[in-house]
Amino acid sequence: MAISREEVRYIANLARIGLTEEEVAHFQGQLEGILEYIDQLKKVDISKTNATAHVLDLKNVYRPDVVRPSLSSEKILKGAPSREGNFFKVPKVIE
Amino acid sequence: MKLNFLTGHELIESLRSKKADSGQIVADLKKRFDEVEPKVKAFARPPDFKDAANFESQGCVLGGLPVALKDNICSDGDLTECSSRVLGGFIAPYDATVVKKLKENGAVILGKTNMDEFAFGSSCETSCFYPTRNPWNLDCVPGGSSGGSAASVAADESIWALGSDTGGSIRQPASLCGVVGMKPTYGRVSRYGLIAFASSLDQIGPLTKDVRDNALLLNAIAGYDDRDATSVNIPVPDYLRSLEKDIKGMRIGIPKEYFIKGMDPEVEQAIREAISKLKSLGAEFKEVSLPHTEYAVAVYYIIATAEASSNLARFDGVQYGLRVHEKAKEAGPELVSMYKETRGKGFGAEAKRRIILGTYVLSSGYYDAYYSRALKVRTLIKEDFDKVFRECDLILTPTSPTPAFKIGERTDDPLSMYLSDIYTISVNLAGLPALSLPCGLTKNGLPIGLQVLGKPFGEEDIYCLAYHYEQNTQWHKMKPKL
Repeated sequence: MAISREEVRYIANLARIGLTEEEVAHFQGQLEGILEYIDQLKKVDISKTNATAHVLDLKNVYRPDVVRPSLSSEKILKGAPSREGNFFKVPKVIE
Repeated sequence: MKLNFLTGHELIESLRSKKADSGQIVADLKKRFDEVEPKVKAFARPPDFKDAANFESQGCVLGGLPVALKDNICSDGDLTECSSRVLGGFIAPYDATVVKKLKENGAVILGKTNMDEFAFGSSCETSCFYPTRNPWNLDCVPGGSSGGSAASVAADESIWALGSDTGGSIRQPASLCGVVGMKPTYGRVSRYGLIAFASSLDQIGPLTKDVRDNALLLNAIAGYDDRDATSVNIPVPDYLRSLEKDIKGMRIGIPKEYFIKGMDPEVEQAIREAISKLKSLGAEFKEVSLPHTEYAVAVYYIIATAEASSNLARFDGVQYGLRVHEKAKEAGPELVSMYKETRGKGFGAEAKRRIILGTYVLSSGYYDAYYSRALKVRTLIKEDFDKVFRECDLILTPTSPTPAFKIGERTDDPLSMYLSDIYTISVNLAGLPALSLPCGLTKNGLPIGLQVLGKPFGEEDIYCLAYHYEQNTQWHKMKPKL
């Protein structure tokens, strides 16, 4: 399956990755090669097969809803590129 | 002999009998680091030998010995950057469960080893720091993504190390560096505190100088953890005891689909010799079939990239690591342009490629054709193994189709890089345990690895076979000349 440069730009935008034009061109060729390889899966008969999202025989895993000690907000905010008081600070969201 | 050349169990014994003291171990490790690290570049940053020297060796299972950790395993107060610019400066605020368990068993953390960025790679070349080099030949890659962990053990810069394995990232570098690497059954070891790549495939495991050390380290880190809902609550056996079991009559399958064109003749020769050796020790072999093997790499690069694209969404310049926001306002909200700049500058080429591929296979219109189909073929791959394990205890294969390749040889050809994991990937898709151990050297002096695959939670059988093979060969005693 071919992938166009336009599609690469579109997907990169969905993934919130800024790409240069050189990167778009480079990735387009490489992704095309990878997708062509992946396309061999079309040969497999999967009409009677269920999906495996997960190998373990686990269903919903519950735990009691009890309060336990957690990390301090100070420790967590320490890694923030930008903060104000007890908050992560981000650029303006609404124009 | 310098103490850094010994195995963990040898050192624990020397400490017990007072033939060695812990200060000397760390001093020898530091000396070795100073000598060979400029050539090998196994660590993501220099370890803190002062921390490692403050250990109490008495009475604990791991003897107070230092363990090297892959740079994607969180340890409280230490830089943990996944060899990525996007996590630059990130100091982990807590211990991963494996680290907590290591510390409870009396280990100390030696430092963090280099890796492919976010574990995306098979050569350690996608690290944002520098490529790690293979101690056996400095022009070659150590494998990846846990290449730094494998190289540090092979170069005797560490006693032992932890890595993580999503598609072969413990076993392939273990094979290329001539050390022992185990990927446990999915769910055997807690993933809490492992920076996630593909959550349905990732497992943490040990890289060591021999099989006994490997069992010892897995004893320490295995077990249920209520902080990882996919860890399995079944008892952990004593893996050291499994070493002594008899291998006579053990039924071993050789999958015909693994002996294919593209396998290096020297690798094939070494595996055939290992099979003869094991036959002479009483193991029974039969040819088996895993018919969906040829689809494993394609399935993997859909599922792994899909999961990665979701997991790596958290690196957005808000909570930790890098933020880039330089450009004059583009169209749209400022926040979105900050995300794009941060991720555009913060991720390397392979990370971008995988996130884009993963987003593509999950995107509207392609989901059924790629992701949904891959999950179904994954079922078929798993069923192949289920069938074989009804009549076999273990499966034996090469770990990697070739020995270590040259640095730079595959960096611009992602598909050929992906194919270097062709023998290891199915194991993750099926959630099985598998171990790589040294079984030969090529004419050019590069290590060859033998892969032993087991049933789910069949680590004991794997260790048993691997230990008997190791004890009857000399490969694990070979050291690179550095």
